[in-house]
Amino acid sequence: MSANIVCNCDPRKDPHPAYNLAVTTPVVEIDNLSRRFGEFTAVDSLTLEANAGEVFGLLGSNGAGKSTTIKMLTTLLPPSSGEARVGGFSITTQPVEVRRAIGYVPQAVSVDGSLTGYENLLIFSKLYDIPHREQEARIREQLNLVDLSREADRLVNQYSGGMVRRLEIAQSTLHRPRVLFLDEPTVGLDPIARDAVWKHLIDLKNNYGTTLFLTTHYLEDAESHCDRIAIMHMGKLAALGTLKELEVSLGSGDHTLDEVFVYYAGTTLDPGGGFRDVSIERTTEQRLG
Amino acid sequence: MTDTFIHSLTGFINKTFVITEFELRKLRHDFTELITRALQPALWLLIFGQVFARSGMMHTGNIPYLDFIAPGILAQSVLFVAIFYGINVIWERDLGIVQKFLVSPTPRAALVLGKGFSAGIRTLSQAIVVYGLSLLLGVKLDWSPLALLNVFVVVVLAATLFSTFSLIIACIVKTRERFMGVGQVLTMPLFFASNAIYPTTIMPAWLRVISHLNPLTYVVDALRTSMLAGSTSVFGLGIDYAVILTTTIVLVLIGARLYPQLGV
Repeated sequence: MSANIVCNCDPRKDPHPAYNLAVTTPVVEIDNLSRRFGEFTAVDSLTLEANAGEVFGLLGSNGAGKSTTIKMLTTLLPPSSGEARVGGFSITTQPVEVRRAIGYVPQAVSVDGSLTGYENLLIFSKLYDIPHREQEARIREQLNLVDLSREADRLVNQYSGGMVRRLEIAQSTLHRPRVLFLDEPTVGLDPIARDAVWKHLIDLKNNYGTTLFLTTHYLEDAESHCDRIAIMHMGKLAALGTLKELEVSLGSGDHTLDEVFVYYAGTTLDPGGGFRDVSIERTTEQRLG
Repeated sequence: MTDTFIHSLTGFINKTFVITEFELRKLRHDFTELITRALQPALWLLIFGQVFARSGMMHTGNIPYLDFIAPGILAQSVLFVAIFYGINVIWERDLGIVQKFLVSPTPRAALVLGKGFSAGIRTLSQAIVVYGLSLLLGVKLDWSPLALLNVFVVVVLAATLFSTFSLIIACIVKTRERFMGVGQVLTMPLFFASNAIYPTTIMPAWLRVISHLNPLTYVVDALRTSMLAGSTSVFGLGIDYAVILTTTIVLVLIGARLYPQLGV
Protein backbone atom coordinates (compact mmCIF):
# COMPACT_ATOMS: atom_id res chain seq x y z
CA MET A 1 0.00 0.00 0.00
CA SER A 2 2.93 2.30 0.54
CA ALA A 3 4.30 2.28 -2.99
CA ASN A 4 1.90 4.48 -4.88
CA ILE A 5 2.02 7.94 -6.25
CA VAL A 6 -0.09 9.92 -3.81
CA CYS A 7 0.84 8.11 -0.66
CA ASN A 8 3.77 8.90 1.60
CA CYS A 9 4.60 12.10 -0.13
CA ASP A 10 5.53 15.33 1.53
CA PRO A 11 3.73 17.83 -0.69
CA ARG A 12 6.35 20.49 -0.13
CA LYS A 13 9.42 18.40 -0.87
CA ASP A 14 7.77 16.43 -3.57
CA PRO A 15 5.18 18.60 -5.24
CA HIS A 16 2.54 16.86 -7.20
CA PRO A 17 2.01 18.37 -10.67
CA ALA A 18 -1.39 19.67 -9.62
CA TYR A 19 0.20 21.96 -7.02
CA ASN A 20 2.30 23.70 -9.60
CA LEU A 21 -0.62 24.69 -11.75
CA ALA A 22 -2.43 26.99 -9.38
CA VAL A 23 -0.94 29.62 -7.13
CA THR A 24 -1.65 28.31 -3.67
CA THR A 25 -1.13 29.71 -0.21
CA PRO A 26 -1.09 27.17 2.56
CA VAL A 27 -3.24 28.26 5.51
CA VAL A 28 -2.97 25.03 7.47
CA GLU A 29 0.56 23.64 7.53
CA ILE A 30 1.01 20.40 9.43
CA ASP A 31 4.58 19.26 9.90
CA ASN A 32 5.38 15.85 11.33
CA LEU A 33 2.61 16.16 13.89
CA SER A 34 2.14 13.30 16.36
CA ARG A 35 -0.05 12.66 19.35
CA ARG A 36 0.38 9.71 21.66
CA PHE A 37 -1.94 8.60 24.45
CA GLY A 38 0.26 6.34 26.56
CA GLU A 39 1.28 3.45 24.33
CA PHE A 40 -1.22 4.32 21.65
CA THR A 41 -0.27 6.67 18.82
CA ALA A 42 -3.42 8.40 17.63
CA VAL A 43 -1.72 10.65 15.10
CA ASP A 44 1.60 9.48 13.69
CA SER A 45 3.98 11.95 11.98
CA LEU A 46 1.27 13.66 9.98
CA THR A 47 2.47 16.12 7.33
CA LEU A 48 0.10 17.94 4.99
CA GLU A 49 -1.08 21.37 3.93
CA ALA A 50 -4.46 22.88 3.21
CA ASN A 51 -4.62 25.93 0.97
CA ALA A 52 -6.46 29.19 1.42
CA GLY A 53 -10.00 29.04 0.13
CA GLU A 54 -10.17 25.31 -0.36
CA VAL A 55 -12.51 22.73 1.05
CA PHE A 56 -10.25 20.14 2.59
CA GLY A 57 -11.71 16.82 3.68
CA LEU A 58 -10.06 14.54 6.20
CA LEU A 59 -11.36 11.00 5.81
CA GLY A 60 -10.70 7.78 7.62
CA SER A 61 -12.48 5.10 9.56
CA ASN A 62 -13.41 5.47 13.23
CA GLY A 63 -10.29 5.98 15.30
CA ALA A 64 -8.02 6.77 12.36
CA GLY A 65 -6.90 9.98 14.08
CA LYS A 66 -9.09 12.59 12.36
CA SER A 67 -10.64 14.10 15.47
CA THR A 68 -7.33 14.08 17.33
CA THR A 69 -5.81 16.00 14.41
CA ILE A 70 -8.60 18.60 14.51
CA LYS A 71 -8.25 18.93 18.29
CA MET A 72 -4.56 19.68 17.91
CA LEU A 73 -5.12 22.19 15.10
CA THR A 74 -7.76 24.01 17.16
CA THR A 75 -5.40 24.17 20.19
CA LEU A 76 -7.64 21.97 22.34
CA LEU A 77 -4.99 19.29 22.60
CA PRO A 78 -1.23 19.87 22.69
CA PRO A 79 0.73 17.66 20.27
CA SER A 80 3.24 15.13 21.60
CA SER A 81 5.69 16.15 18.92
CA GLY A 82 5.82 18.01 15.64
CA GLU A 83 4.35 21.36 14.74
CA ALA A 84 1.49 22.93 12.84
CA ARG A 85 0.79 26.47 11.73
CA VAL A 86 -2.74 27.71 11.21
CA GLY A 87 -3.27 31.05 9.52
CA GLY A 88 0.48 31.54 9.86
CA PHE A 89 0.52 31.02 13.64
CA SER A 90 2.07 28.16 15.56
CA ILE A 91 -0.39 25.99 17.48
CA THR A 92 2.24 25.35 20.16
CA THR A 93 3.68 28.82 20.74
CA GLN A 94 0.88 31.15 19.57
CA PRO A 95 -2.35 29.43 20.60
CA VAL A 96 -4.24 32.69 21.26
CA GLU A 97 -3.44 34.03 17.78
CA VAL A 98 -4.50 30.70 16.29
CA ARG A 99 -7.80 30.92 18.20
CA ARG A 100 -8.48 34.36 16.74
CA ALA A 101 -7.82 33.06 13.24
CA ILE A 102 -10.07 30.01 13.36
CA GLY A 103 -13.63 28.90 13.91
CA TYR A 104 -14.59 25.47 15.18
CA VAL A 105 -17.76 23.43 14.92
CA PRO A 106 -17.29 20.39 17.16
CA GLN A 107 -19.07 17.17 16.38
CA ALA A 108 -21.21 17.40 19.52
CA VAL A 109 -23.85 20.12 19.85
CA SER A 110 -22.08 23.31 20.88
CA VAL A 111 -24.81 25.92 21.12
CA ASP A 112 -26.78 26.38 24.31
CA GLY A 113 -30.35 25.10 24.15
CA SER A 114 -31.52 27.30 26.99
CA LEU A 115 -30.72 30.50 25.08
CA THR A 116 -32.19 31.94 21.89
CA GLY A 117 -30.32 31.74 18.60
CA TYR A 118 -29.62 35.46 18.82
CA GLU A 119 -28.22 35.19 22.34
CA ASN A 120 -25.95 32.33 21.36
CA LEU A 121 -24.41 34.56 18.71
CA LEU A 122 -24.37 37.63 20.95
CA ILE A 123 -22.17 35.97 23.58
CA PHE A 124 -19.62 34.89 21.01
CA SER A 125 -19.58 38.25 19.25
CA LYS A 126 -18.55 39.65 22.64
CA LEU A 127 -15.97 36.96 23.28
CA TYR A 128 -14.42 37.60 19.86
CA ASP A 129 -14.21 41.36 20.49
CA ILE A 130 -16.52 42.43 17.68
CA PRO A 131 -16.98 46.18 18.32
CA HIS A 132 -20.16 46.92 20.22
CA ARG A 133 -21.67 49.04 17.45
CA GLU A 134 -21.18 46.32 14.83
CA GLN A 135 -22.45 43.40 16.92
CA GLU A 136 -26.12 43.58 16.03
CA ALA A 137 -25.50 44.04 12.30
CA ARG A 138 -22.98 41.19 12.24
CA ILE A 139 -25.31 38.85 14.09
CA ARG A 140 -28.18 39.68 11.72
CA GLU A 141 -25.89 39.11 8.76
CA GLN A 142 -24.85 35.71 10.10
CA LEU A 143 -28.42 34.67 10.86
CA ASN A 144 -29.36 35.69 7.36
CA LEU A 145 -26.45 33.74 5.90
CA VAL A 146 -27.70 30.51 7.46
CA ASP A 147 -31.40 31.26 6.94
CA LEU A 148 -32.27 31.55 10.61
CA SER A 149 -33.39 35.19 10.77
CA ARG A 150 -36.96 34.25 11.54
CA GLU A 151 -35.97 31.84 14.29
CA ALA A 152 -33.54 34.28 15.94
CA ASP A 153 -35.63 34.81 19.07
CA ARG A 154 -36.68 31.22 19.61
CA LEU A 155 -34.97 29.08 22.21
CA VAL A 156 -32.45 26.79 20.55
CA ASN A 157 -33.87 23.69 22.26
CA GLN A 158 -36.84 24.10 19.88
CA TYR A 159 -34.59 24.04 16.79
CA SER A 160 -34.34 21.03 14.46
CA GLY A 161 -31.01 19.26 14.00
CA GLY A 162 -30.24 21.03 10.76
CA MET A 163 -31.05 24.41 12.28
CA VAL A 164 -28.74 23.70 15.22
CA ARG A 165 -25.88 22.90 12.86
CA ARG A 166 -26.51 26.04 10.83
CA LEU A 167 -26.58 28.14 13.99
CA GLU A 168 -23.28 26.59 15.03
CA ILE A 169 -21.77 27.51 11.69
CA ALA A 170 -23.03 31.09 12.09
CA GLN A 171 -21.69 31.21 15.63
CA SER A 172 -18.25 29.95 14.76
CA THR A 173 -17.77 32.34 11.84
CA LEU A 174 -18.96 35.60 13.46
CA HIS A 175 -15.39 36.87 13.61
CA ARG A 176 -14.69 35.93 9.97
CA PRO A 177 -12.07 33.30 10.66
CA ARG A 178 -9.59 32.37 7.92
CA VAL A 179 -10.12 28.67 8.60
CA LEU A 180 -13.25 26.93 9.79
CA PHE A 181 -12.70 23.49 11.31
CA LEU A 182 -15.67 21.17 11.27
CA ASP A 183 -15.77 17.76 12.90
CA GLU A 184 -18.39 15.62 11.14
CA PRO A 185 -20.61 18.60 10.27
CA THR A 186 -23.40 16.54 8.72
CA VAL A 187 -23.53 13.63 11.18
CA GLY A 188 -27.08 12.66 12.09
CA LEU A 189 -28.75 14.96 9.55
CA ASP A 190 -31.32 13.92 6.97
CA PRO A 191 -30.37 14.48 3.30
CA ILE A 192 -32.30 17.74 3.00
CA ALA A 193 -30.76 19.22 6.13
CA ARG A 194 -27.37 18.01 4.94
CA ASP A 195 -27.75 19.79 1.62
CA ALA A 196 -28.76 22.99 3.41
CA VAL A 197 -25.69 22.81 5.67
CA TRP A 198 -23.46 22.35 2.64
CA LYS A 199 -25.09 25.19 0.76
CA HIS A 200 -24.33 27.54 3.65
CA LEU A 201 -20.78 26.28 4.00
CA ILE A 202 -20.12 26.89 0.32
CA ASP A 203 -21.69 30.37 0.61
CA LEU A 204 -19.32 31.08 3.44
CA LYS A 205 -16.36 30.00 1.36
CA ASN A 206 -17.47 32.03 -1.65
CA ASN A 207 -18.41 35.18 0.27
CA TYR A 208 -15.54 35.37 2.70
CA GLY A 209 -12.87 33.06 1.27
CA THR A 210 -13.08 30.92 4.40
CA THR A 211 -11.02 27.74 4.17
CA LEU A 212 -13.03 24.72 5.27
CA PHE A 213 -11.12 21.93 6.97
CA LEU A 214 -13.45 19.11 7.88
CA THR A 215 -13.67 15.48 8.82
CA THR A 216 -16.46 13.32 7.52
CA HIS A 217 -17.64 9.74 7.37
CA TYR A 218 -19.86 10.43 4.43
CA LEU A 219 -17.95 9.70 1.26
CA GLU A 220 -20.61 11.35 -0.88
CA ASP A 221 -20.06 14.61 1.06
CA ALA A 222 -16.36 14.42 0.34
CA GLU A 223 -17.03 13.48 -3.24
CA SER A 224 -19.31 16.37 -4.07
CA HIS A 225 -17.83 19.16 -1.95
CA CYS A 226 -14.16 18.68 -1.14
CA ASP A 227 -11.48 20.19 -3.37
CA ARG A 228 -8.90 17.85 -1.90
CA ILE A 229 -9.11 14.80 0.28
CA ALA A 230 -6.70 13.29 2.75
CA ILE A 231 -7.29 9.74 3.93
CA MET A 232 -5.91 8.77 7.32
CA HIS A 233 -5.28 5.24 8.46
CA MET A 234 -3.87 4.22 11.85
CA GLY A 235 -2.87 7.80 12.55
CA LYS A 236 -0.89 8.17 9.36
CA LEU A 237 -1.57 9.94 6.10
CA ALA A 238 -2.48 7.18 3.66
CA ALA A 239 -3.40 9.27 0.64
CA LEU A 240 -3.76 12.89 -0.37
CA GLY A 241 -5.03 14.55 -3.50
CA THR A 242 -8.05 15.62 -5.49
CA LEU A 243 -10.76 13.05 -5.97
CA LYS A 244 -9.55 12.51 -9.54
CA GLU A 245 -5.96 12.00 -8.45
CA LEU A 246 -7.00 9.52 -5.82
CA GLU A 247 -9.08 7.57 -8.32
CA VAL A 248 -6.27 7.56 -10.86
CA SER A 249 -3.82 6.36 -8.21
CA LEU A 250 -5.64 3.04 -8.06
CA GLY A 251 -4.55 2.24 -11.60
CA SER A 252 -6.42 1.82 -14.81
CA GLY A 253 -10.17 1.61 -15.03
CA ASP A 254 -12.96 3.48 -13.33
CA HIS A 255 -12.88 3.70 -9.56
CA THR A 256 -15.25 5.22 -7.08
CA LEU A 257 -14.28 7.06 -3.93
CA ASP A 258 -15.61 4.05 -2.02
CA GLU A 259 -12.98 1.88 -3.65
CA VAL A 260 -10.31 4.50 -3.02
CA PHE A 261 -11.34 4.67 0.61
CA VAL A 262 -11.25 0.92 1.13
CA TYR A 263 -7.91 0.74 -0.68
CA TYR A 264 -6.24 3.33 1.55
CA ALA A 265 -8.14 3.11 4.81
CA GLY A 266 -8.27 -0.69 4.62
CA THR A 267 -10.99 -3.02 5.66
CA THR A 268 -9.40 -3.72 9.02
CA LEU A 269 -10.83 -1.66 11.86
CA ASP A 270 -8.70 1.11 13.32
CA PRO A 271 -7.85 0.58 16.96
CA GLY A 272 -8.37 4.16 18.18
CA GLY A 273 -11.44 6.07 19.16
CA GLY A 274 -12.84 4.64 22.34
CA PHE A 275 -16.07 4.66 24.19
CA ARG A 276 -16.26 8.41 24.69
CA ASP A 277 -15.92 9.16 20.97
CA VAL A 278 -18.55 6.61 20.08
CA SER A 279 -20.81 7.96 22.77
CA ILE A 280 -20.42 11.55 21.52
CA GLU A 281 -21.20 10.54 17.97
CA ARG A 282 -24.28 8.54 18.92
CA THR A 283 -25.61 11.26 21.21
CA THR A 284 -25.05 13.87 18.55
CA GLU A 285 -26.91 11.79 16.02
CA GLN A 286 -29.71 11.34 18.49
CA ARG A 287 -29.89 15.03 19.37
CA LEU A 288 -29.76 16.30 15.82
CA GLY A 289 -31.66 13.52 14.12
CA MET B 1 4.39 47.47 29.27
CA THR B 2 1.85 48.89 31.72
CA ASP B 3 -0.40 49.66 28.76
CA THR B 4 -0.52 46.05 27.65
CA PHE B 5 -1.03 44.99 31.25
CA ILE B 6 -3.97 47.34 31.71
CA HIS B 7 -5.30 46.26 28.33
CA SER B 8 -5.21 42.59 29.21
CA LEU B 9 -6.65 43.27 32.66
CA THR B 10 -9.65 45.16 31.28
CA GLY B 11 -9.99 42.43 28.66
CA PHE B 12 -9.98 39.83 31.41
CA ILE B 13 -12.62 41.63 33.49
CA ASN B 14 -14.74 42.27 30.41
CA LYS B 15 -14.63 38.59 29.37
CA THR B 16 -15.40 37.44 32.90
CA PHE B 17 -18.61 39.46 32.85
CA VAL B 18 -19.53 38.22 29.37
CA ILE B 19 -19.39 34.66 30.72
CA THR B 20 -21.45 35.68 33.75
CA GLU B 21 -23.99 37.35 31.49
CA PHE B 22 -24.18 34.19 29.37
CA GLU B 23 -25.02 32.10 32.44
CA LEU B 24 -27.54 34.59 33.79
CA ARG B 25 -29.37 34.88 30.49
CA LYS B 26 -30.14 31.17 30.78
CA LEU B 27 -31.74 31.86 34.13
CA ARG B 28 -33.98 34.49 32.60
CA HIS B 29 -35.53 31.86 30.35
CA ASP B 30 -36.05 29.33 33.10
CA PHE B 31 -36.03 30.32 36.73
CA THR B 32 -37.83 27.28 38.15
CA GLU B 33 -34.55 26.13 39.66
CA LEU B 34 -34.47 29.26 41.82
CA ILE B 35 -37.83 28.30 43.32
CA THR B 36 -37.01 24.64 43.97
CA ARG B 37 -33.77 25.68 45.61
CA ALA B 38 -35.65 27.73 48.17
CA LEU B 39 -37.04 24.60 49.79
CA GLN B 40 -33.89 23.36 51.47
CA PRO B 41 -33.08 26.41 53.63
CA ALA B 42 -36.76 26.54 54.60
CA LEU B 43 -36.63 22.96 55.91
CA TRP B 44 -33.44 23.56 57.87
CA LEU B 45 -34.66 26.74 59.50
CA LEU B 46 -38.28 25.79 60.11
CA ILE B 47 -37.73 22.20 61.26
CA PHE B 48 -34.16 21.62 62.37
CA GLY B 49 -33.76 25.17 63.71
CA GLN B 50 -37.07 25.24 65.60
CA VAL B 51 -36.53 21.83 67.20
CA PHE B 52 -32.99 22.53 68.35
CA ALA B 53 -33.92 25.98 69.57
CA ARG B 54 -36.62 24.42 71.78
CA SER B 55 -34.31 21.72 73.07
CA GLY B 56 -32.03 24.34 74.58
CA MET B 57 -29.07 22.04 74.01
CA MET B 58 -26.97 24.50 72.07
CA HIS B 59 -25.17 27.20 74.02
CA THR B 60 -24.77 30.07 71.66
CA GLY B 61 -23.97 32.82 74.15
CA ASN B 62 -26.11 35.90 74.15
CA ILE B 63 -27.85 35.25 70.84
CA PRO B 64 -30.81 32.85 70.53
CA TYR B 65 -30.17 29.61 68.64
CA LEU B 66 -32.46 30.46 65.74
CA ASP B 67 -30.61 33.73 65.24
CA PHE B 68 -27.35 31.81 65.48
CA ILE B 69 -28.15 29.34 62.74
CA ALA B 70 -29.93 31.68 60.29
CA PRO B 71 -26.60 32.89 58.77
CA GLY B 72 -25.27 29.32 59.07
CA ILE B 73 -28.17 28.01 57.00
CA LEU B 74 -27.61 30.73 54.42
CA ALA B 75 -23.95 29.69 54.16
CA GLN B 76 -24.96 26.05 53.99
CA SER B 77 -27.47 26.55 51.20
CA VAL B 78 -24.88 28.56 49.26
CA LEU B 79 -22.45 25.67 49.75
CA PHE B 80 -24.96 23.00 48.73
CA VAL B 81 -25.96 24.83 45.56
CA ALA B 82 -22.41 25.77 44.58
CA ILE B 83 -20.80 22.41 45.25
CA PHE B 84 -22.90 20.71 42.56
CA TYR B 85 -22.17 23.41 40.03
CA GLY B 86 -19.55 21.19 38.41
CA ILE B 87 -22.27 18.90 37.10
CA ASN B 88 -23.22 21.66 34.62
CA VAL B 89 -19.62 21.86 33.53
CA ILE B 90 -19.55 18.12 32.83
CA TRP B 91 -22.84 18.43 30.97
CA GLU B 92 -21.38 21.23 28.84
CA ARG B 93 -18.37 19.07 28.14
CA ASP B 94 -20.53 16.16 26.99
CA LEU B 95 -22.09 18.59 24.58
CA GLY B 96 -19.45 20.60 22.70
CA ILE B 97 -19.94 23.84 24.61
CA VAL B 98 -16.76 23.69 26.70
CA GLN B 99 -14.72 23.01 23.54
CA LYS B 100 -16.32 25.96 21.80
CA PHE B 101 -15.38 28.32 24.62
CA LEU B 102 -11.86 26.92 24.80
CA VAL B 103 -11.32 27.48 21.08
CA SER B 104 -12.28 31.15 21.50
CA PRO B 105 -9.49 33.56 22.52
CA THR B 106 -11.01 34.02 25.99
CA PRO B 107 -8.56 33.82 28.92
CA ARG B 108 -9.11 30.53 30.77
CA ALA B 109 -9.28 32.26 34.14
CA ALA B 110 -12.07 34.50 32.81
CA LEU B 111 -14.06 31.41 31.79
CA VAL B 112 -13.67 29.94 35.27
CA LEU B 113 -14.25 33.13 37.23
CA GLY B 114 -17.20 34.19 35.05
CA LYS B 115 -18.93 30.90 35.75
CA GLY B 116 -18.16 31.27 39.45
CA PHE B 117 -19.71 34.74 39.60
CA SER B 118 -22.84 33.54 37.89
CA ALA B 119 -23.19 30.83 40.54
CA GLY B 120 -22.75 33.62 43.07
CA ILE B 121 -25.54 35.70 41.63
CA ARG B 122 -27.80 32.65 41.39
CA THR B 123 -27.39 31.96 45.11
CA LEU B 124 -28.58 35.47 46.00
CA SER B 125 -32.08 34.00 45.77
CA GLN B 126 -31.13 31.82 48.73
CA ALA B 127 -30.23 34.95 50.69
CA ILE B 128 -33.65 36.42 49.97
CA VAL B 129 -35.36 33.23 51.16
CA VAL B 130 -33.31 33.08 54.36
CA TYR B 131 -34.00 36.76 55.08
CA GLY B 132 -37.73 36.20 54.55
CA LEU B 133 -37.82 33.20 56.87
CA SER B 134 -35.69 34.98 59.46
CA LEU B 135 -38.17 37.84 59.51
CA LEU B 136 -40.98 35.35 60.01
CA LEU B 137 -39.17 33.62 62.86
CA GLY B 138 -38.29 36.87 64.59
CA VAL B 139 -34.53 36.78 64.07
CA LYS B 140 -33.01 40.16 64.94
CA LEU B 141 -31.51 41.25 61.63
CA ASP B 142 -29.20 44.17 60.94
CA TRP B 143 -30.82 46.19 58.16
CA SER B 144 -28.11 48.82 57.77
CA PRO B 145 -26.98 49.24 54.15
CA LEU B 146 -23.39 48.34 55.05
CA ALA B 147 -24.52 45.08 56.67
CA LEU B 148 -26.64 44.19 53.63
CA LEU B 149 -23.78 45.03 51.29
CA ASN B 150 -21.47 42.77 53.29
CA VAL B 151 -23.96 39.90 53.12
CA PHE B 152 -24.32 40.43 49.36
CA VAL B 153 -20.57 40.40 48.77
CA VAL B 154 -19.89 37.45 51.07
CA VAL B 155 -22.65 35.33 49.49
CA VAL B 156 -21.39 36.03 45.96
CA LEU B 157 -17.78 35.35 46.94
CA ALA B 158 -18.63 32.20 48.86
CA ALA B 159 -20.60 30.80 45.94
CA THR B 160 -17.74 31.72 43.59
CA LEU B 161 -15.32 29.94 45.91
CA PHE B 162 -17.30 26.71 46.25
CA SER B 163 -18.48 26.57 42.63
CA THR B 164 -14.89 26.97 41.47
CA PHE B 165 -13.91 24.18 43.86
CA SER B 166 -16.69 22.15 42.26
CA LEU B 167 -15.41 22.98 38.77
CA ILE B 168 -11.96 21.72 39.78
CA ILE B 169 -13.48 18.42 40.91
CA ALA B 170 -15.38 18.21 37.62
CA CYS B 171 -12.13 18.73 35.69
CA ILE B 172 -10.55 15.87 37.62
CA VAL B 173 -13.33 13.27 37.66
CA LYS B 174 -14.87 14.19 34.25
CA THR B 175 -17.98 12.00 34.53
CA ARG B 176 -21.32 12.74 36.14
CA GLU B 177 -21.47 9.50 38.11
CA ARG B 178 -18.11 10.01 39.78
CA PHE B 179 -18.88 13.67 40.34
CA MET B 180 -22.10 12.92 42.22
CA GLY B 181 -20.20 10.52 44.45
CA VAL B 182 -17.43 12.99 45.24
CA GLY B 183 -19.92 15.84 45.70
CA GLN B 184 -21.87 13.86 48.30
CA VAL B 185 -18.68 12.89 50.12
CA LEU B 186 -17.49 16.51 50.33
CA THR B 187 -20.57 18.52 51.29
CA MET B 188 -21.41 16.97 54.63
CA PRO B 189 -17.87 17.13 56.08
CA LEU B 190 -17.54 20.75 54.92
CA PHE B 191 -20.88 21.54 56.54
CA PHE B 192 -20.37 19.69 59.82
CA ALA B 193 -16.74 20.75 60.25
CA SER B 194 -17.82 24.38 60.38
CA ASN B 195 -19.55 26.77 62.74
CA ALA B 196 -22.76 26.76 60.67
CA ILE B 197 -25.13 25.03 63.12
CA TYR B 198 -23.09 24.96 66.33
CA PRO B 199 -20.27 27.08 67.70
CA THR B 200 -16.75 25.69 67.28
CA THR B 201 -16.25 26.05 71.04
CA ILE B 202 -18.32 22.93 71.70
CA MET B 203 -16.28 20.86 69.22
CA PRO B 204 -13.59 18.36 70.23
CA ALA B 205 -10.13 19.87 69.74
CA TRP B 206 -9.28 17.95 66.55
CA LEU B 207 -12.51 19.00 64.86
CA ARG B 208 -11.99 22.60 65.91
CA VAL B 209 -8.59 22.57 64.17
CA ILE B 210 -10.19 21.23 61.00
CA SER B 211 -13.00 23.75 61.20
CA HIS B 212 -10.46 26.56 61.28
CA LEU B 213 -9.01 25.26 58.01
CA ASN B 214 -12.45 25.17 56.43
CA PRO B 215 -13.31 28.27 54.37
CA LEU B 216 -17.00 27.76 55.18
CA THR B 217 -16.25 28.67 58.81
CA TYR B 218 -15.05 32.10 57.71
CA VAL B 219 -18.04 32.53 55.41
CA VAL B 220 -20.39 31.75 58.30
CA ASP B 221 -18.49 34.08 60.63
CA ALA B 222 -18.68 36.94 58.12
CA LEU B 223 -22.37 36.34 57.48
CA ARG B 224 -23.20 36.04 61.18
CA THR B 225 -21.40 39.29 61.93
CA SER B 226 -23.13 41.15 59.13
CA MET B 227 -26.60 39.67 59.25
CA LEU B 228 -27.37 39.81 62.94
CA ALA B 229 -27.87 42.93 64.98
CA GLY B 230 -25.42 43.08 67.87
CA SER B 231 -23.31 40.08 66.88
CA THR B 232 -19.53 40.15 67.13
CA SER B 233 -17.13 38.34 64.85
CA VAL B 234 -14.95 35.50 66.14
CA PHE B 235 -12.09 36.08 63.72
CA GLY B 236 -12.73 39.67 62.62
CA LEU B 237 -14.32 40.59 59.31
CA GLY B 238 -10.91 41.46 57.84
CA ILE B 239 -9.57 37.95 58.43
CA ASP B 240 -12.80 36.45 57.07
CA TYR B 241 -12.51 38.44 53.85
CA ALA B 242 -8.79 37.72 53.53
CA VAL B 243 -9.33 33.95 53.85
CA ILE B 244 -12.31 33.90 51.47
CA LEU B 245 -10.61 36.07 48.82
CA THR B 246 -7.28 34.26 48.94
CA THR B 247 -8.94 30.85 48.69
CA THR B 248 -11.08 32.02 45.77
CA ILE B 249 -8.09 33.41 43.85
CA VAL B 250 -6.04 30.24 44.41
CA LEU B 251 -8.96 28.06 43.29
CA VAL B 252 -9.60 30.18 40.18
CA LEU B 253 -5.93 29.87 39.21
CA ILE B 254 -6.03 26.09 39.69
CA GLY B 255 -9.34 25.91 37.81
CA ALA B 256 -7.88 27.90 34.91
CA ARG B 257 -5.04 25.36 34.68
CA LEU B 258 -7.37 22.35 34.75
CA TYR B 259 -10.34 23.61 32.72
CA PRO B 260 -8.65 23.10 29.30
CA GLN B 261 -8.46 19.36 30.08
CA LEU B 262 -12.22 19.24 29.57
CA GLY B 263 -11.73 20.21 25.93
CA VAL B 264 -9.92 17.00 25.09
